[in-house]
Amino acid sequence: MLDDFLVRAALAGTGLALAAGPLGCFVVWRRMAYFGDATSHAAILGVALSLAFSLSIFIGVLVVALAMALLVLALSERVYAMDTLLGVAAHGALALGLVAVSFLSGIRIDLMAYLFGDILAVGRVDLAVIWIGAALVLVLLRVRWQALLLVTLNTDLAAARGYDARREQLILTLALAVLVAVAIKVVGALLITAMLIIPAAAARSFAKTPEAMAVMAAVIGVISALVGLAVSFQWDTPTGPTIVVVATLFFVAPALAQLTGTRH
Amino acid sequence: MRFGGRRILRDIDLSIGKREIVTIVGPNGSGKTTLLRVLIGAQVPTEGVVVRKAGVSIGYVPQRLAIDRIMPLTVARWLRLSGTPQAVDYQRMVERIGIAQLLGEQMGSLSGGEFQRALLAQALLTQPALLVLDEPTQGLDQPAIASFYRLIEAVRKEIGCAVLMVSHDLHVVMRSSDHVICLNGHVCCEGPPTVVSAAPEYQALFGFGAEGALALYRHEHDHSHDHADEADSRVG
Repeated sequence: MLDDFLVRAALAGTGLALAAGPLGCFVVWRRMAYFGDATSHAAILGVALSLAFSLSIFIGVLVVALAMALLVLALSERVYAMDTLLGVAAHGALALGLVAVSFLSGIRIDLMAYLFGDILAVGRVDLAVIWIGAALVLVLLRVRWQALLLVTLNTDLAAARGYDARREQLILTLALAVLVAVAIKVVGALLITAMLIIPAAAARSFAKTPEAMAVMAAVIGVISALVGLAVSFQWDTPTGPTIVVVATLFFVAPALAQLTGTRH
Repeated sequence: MRFGGRRILRDIDLSIGKREIVTIVGPNGSGKTTLLRVLIGAQVPTEGVVVRKAGVSIGYVPQRLAIDRIMPLTVARWLRLSGTPQAVDYQRMVERIGIAQLLGEQMGSLSGGEFQRALLAQALLTQPALLVLDEPTQGLDQPAIASFYRLIEAVRKEIGCAVLMVSHDLHVVMRSSDHVICLNGHVCCEGPPTVVSAAPEYQALFGFGAEGALALYRHEHDHSHDHADEADSRVG
């Protein structure tokens, strides 16, 4: 069964979406969208370093994404406004990555595959890495769920209960770096944040509790991945962007329905 | 306690006994919230120590809690964030605080008074030995303020926890506290409400020395009592 590239692609998309949905909820709740961008754009630099030192792409991207996230966190307690800092980090990292890739003469590299993903080229090893990474993210979220929710709502409230806001932030950061490393093969560096934010934002209108929103985000993500894959196969469109377009429809449809509903 | 070289708080020596209501009053910037944050462990003091008896849990009601619309959160789910309260306690508390009919509502849709009650209920459900409230009645109108403080007083007796709060509602403070601490970077004066309100440091800090201000204060005092009683009879 795993011999079929379409089956592997479907499984890869499903694994990623299952983890990206719940994690994406925290990205949305904590207004970390740009933080996700900064972390995932750094992935291109990770790719360049991995190729230069012949490391596994997963390891290189994980290390660079984590380093970038920690750097931003450390700087965020200084003078710059968070959005300025993240704007610098996200685009600086992307540009630096692109420049670094150009130094890799002698190695032919399909840059488009890393920018927009290449889900149809996912192999058995990639698939294992994706599912292990996704499981790790979900376990982290599950174990720290209560603490993460409290810290997200109010850090003082969490502190009174004995939870350390910085530690929970680090756990989220780690989960984000793992997800970026897992996702780069599937949707590419530029669309990772989309898989985090769009299903979560779409899930908001279907949910009354944080848990329901997390589950709905995962469901919407999985449906988007499968439908996107089918559509892109049918009409020969780029797969990563097609998946994101389907997810976006989930967000837009209820919003439109609401608009027309209030008009009548 | 220092921030960026600025000394915010110094020489604080504070102890809270069992079942005591201690209120901190003081002008803006006098370090009230900072003191609370140090006590609940959200901030590490630059010098000095906070001693907490083992097993003493703190229920905290923050000054402000903005729940973004992007996070769906019903009142029932909010209350369950207190941990896993036993079903009986949960039902009793919800009825006692008067939010039983709100359980299915979104936190963001509550009125100011309902929201504060939901915050209080969650803090109490953690079964705290000490309840810490930071200006819990900010933004409430006079009747709501009065009934909120009555609720705190009553619930404290039932649960048997101590209460430490920061308040700007001087008249209520003077009526319902066991111990008042007047803060302005350091402890200006402290003691039972009657002692503090007569202290020259307190009067100087709040401008009650001037006759005009004192007259105004008295007027407000009487006025709010009337409202308070009406509100209570309506609620009760």
